[in-house]
Amino acid sequence: MENLQITAATPESALLDLPWRVPLEDWPNDVLAALPRGISRHVVRFVRLKGRMLAIKETRDHYAFREYELLRRLHKLEVPAVVPLAVVTGRVGDDGEPLEAAIITEHLAFSLPYRAVFSQALRPDTATRLIDALAVLLVRLHLVGFYWGDVSLSNTLFRRDADRFAAYLVDAETGDLHRELTSGQRAYDLDLARTNIIGELFDLEAGELLDEEVDAIGIGDALVERYTELWDALTKVESFSADERWRVDERIRRLNDLGFDVGELAIVTDIDGTTVQIQPKVVDAGHHSRRLLRLTGLDVQDNQARRLLNDLDSWRAATDRLNDSEQLVAHDWLLHSFEPTIAAVPRDLRKKLEPAQLFHEILDHRWYLSQRVHRDVPMPEAAISYVDQVLRHRPDEQAVLGLPPERAHEDEETLLG
Amino acid sequence: MATVTFDHATRLYPGTERPAVDQLNLHIEDGEFLVLVGPSGCGKSTSLRMLAGLEDVNGGRILIGDRDVTDVQPKDRDIAMVFQNYALYPHMSVADNMGFALKIAGTPKAEIRQRVEEAAKILDLTEYLDRKPKALSGGQRQRVAMGRAIVRQPQVFLMDEPLSNLDAKLRVQTRTQIASLQRRLGVTTVYVTHDQTEALTMGDRIAVLNKGVLQQVGTPREMYDQPANVFVAGFIGSPAMNIGTFQVKDGAALVGNAQVPLERTVVDALTEADGGKVTVGFRPESLDVVGSGTAGSFQVEVNLVEELGSDAFVYGSLKSDVGASDLSAGDSDQVIVRIDPREVPMKGDTINVAIKPGQSHVFSAATGNRLS
Repeated sequence: MENLQITAATPESALLDLPWRVPLEDWPNDVLAALPRGISRHVVRFVRLKGRMLAIKETRDHYAFREYELLRRLHKLEVPAVVPLAVVTGRVGDDGEPLEAAIITEHLAFSLPYRAVFSQALRPDTATRLIDALAVLLVRLHLVGFYWGDVSLSNTLFRRDADRFAAYLVDAETGDLHRELTSGQRAYDLDLARTNIIGELFDLEAGELLDEEVDAIGIGDALVERYTELWDALTKVESFSADERWRVDERIRRLNDLGFDVGELAIVTDIDGTTVQIQPKVVDAGHHSRRLLRLTGLDVQDNQARRLLNDLDSWRAATDRLNDSEQLVAHDWLLHSFEPTIAAVPRDLRKKLEPAQLFHEILDHRWYLSQRVHRDVPMPEAAISYVDQVLRHRPDEQAVLGLPPERAHEDEETLLG
Repeated sequence: MATVTFDHATRLYPGTERPAVDQLNLHIEDGEFLVLVGPSGCGKSTSLRMLAGLEDVNGGRILIGDRDVTDVQPKDRDIAMVFQNYALYPHMSVADNMGFALKIAGTPKAEIRQRVEEAAKILDLTEYLDRKPKALSGGQRQRVAMGRAIVRQPQVFLMDEPLSNLDAKLRVQTRTQIASLQRRLGVTTVYVTHDQTEALTMGDRIAVLNKGVLQQVGTPREMYDQPANVFVAGFIGSPAMNIGTFQVKDGAALVGNAQVPLERTVVDALTEADGGKVTVGFRPESLDVVGSGTAGSFQVEVNLVEELGSDAFVYGSLKSDVGASDLSAGDSDQVIVRIDPREVPMKGDTINVAIKPGQSHVFSAATGNRLS
């Protein structure tokens, strides 16, 4: 007997319309959206529902609930991860056989799976930027005590973040939240990440989807290096003599520069007060995005925020308002620079990229344009040129479309574990 | 290949008072398949992760062979977590899927091929080596994942509930495969499960843990026939052992209206703390249905009969004139009796049963430790 149950924080009746009596593998093309898939041990499908894109994964009840709960906790901890929507249990097929439970997550808009990023043949340093993003994500997860257990490019989604990428955790199935991670847990997670990434790049190589020049092992090693650098910068104990106290500010500035705020800094002096030891105890990612949010109400990713804040500073200097309150200037910048620039992009093209990403790209475009014509090009003019010369020719990235569904089936990679 | 030794190994999580693993002493022989089993939170996974290097060891030490690995990084311990990464790469051949970790480590091509071929032979995958994973069945894909661990030729295999996300049928199949494969490879293996059936069917020896403390370690037969305490008695076996605590009078336990004689040594071992009581356990198959009035027999009122073809089980309650008893099997709240499937009583009937000679287990009511 069927006893379908949907567990969700915000119940969505439209979920009931999906063909739950059919194994996910056999869902008809008319409900599926063709999005590129990563390598998964379970069946995963994308569905468009009431204008939203959802990812559905089949797994056993216990695992579905566990992952749902973990993703919710990660969401509360403000770690970049996909947002869980619901768990569906009690499914029964048309033949009366019970079907596996399903966990539904919201597809991250404007996100790009690594296969899409690599196949777009962006700049030669794409791989480096992806690895940087993944290193930041892994450090942030480890800082909150999350052991991933299966770090890989397939379990990560990437979003453009100004001239870099920001990485999001997609699959928490093998993960665990602890009070604090041991160095063994971190080392193991990192080693597994390295192995998996190199394996995934070998796979792209074997499928002739990757330039032969790319050094897969070098990229895997780079992750370990980047992670270690960042972890040390964020957590290392630093000692200096008491008359070098400027080094406290210097450390905080360095962390801000890496995109982190220092929530708590332990400062210890020795008995005679000649040396000082400092160690950040609580660091929070999102230094720039928080500042921009406070000033303008714009909620964007950290590097986008950094770019926008830089532009805000230039604008402030150019409009000669260095003595006005920052809040006031920020409000005017939003009104007279940011919004008109975005508005100059035709509405149908605007949805190709996030507004902050658009603004970032127009800023870049303005720089090239100004170089070429040897004068300061104003933003509206830059925007129009950018739309004609660049944006029109760009693919829509709100939901990256891959193969049509029938081909997507052929390319099925649900390799069961 | 190597032995594994937990020497007073202790894990205390920061901010907690009771160790998650408390002074674990366990020696695993070279080539042995040891199963760590117990209910959730018993410390079995923590013990495995201590061996893997994922958990700090706050007291004691851990050795692989003669080497103290207590403070060695996970990747330098020469162990393999099997089934850690299942995902197979679609564009790579089965051989490359199995050997890619060796390629990363810089192993010469010819040696990789040789090790992969050896592993494939053991795994029955030889004819698929040059094909893509798409051509494989679910079970074969699992074996490729196993092959990844085998080609690395580690000293110890670690497996943490590897079957838990498989459906029931594939679980039983894979269970047998892993066990026989392990015997053929002869690699020391530590396997964690919460499922005592899995433990009994797979392990050379089983270590039962509860609340961070090792309860007993032994062969499946020893664990079943000679449980060291009430916890192990109740945990091992399905359906579970019937266990209850009874008054002792004149050298016998008063089970219902029956007097079940106790051995002299048992009675002598009782202490003041036992309060004149003893805990008696007997398995469902250790009861005979007998005529009323048979010495040492007691009555069970039938609540339900479960017929399984080859077996039948009565679920019932102990009838007693001396007040209610706590006799029950596992979480069932009932007494379970295996009966002849051809002579099945009706619900509501009362049957007379007696414990087969030598098949009762007697434990101290105070400590739960075995007396008989």
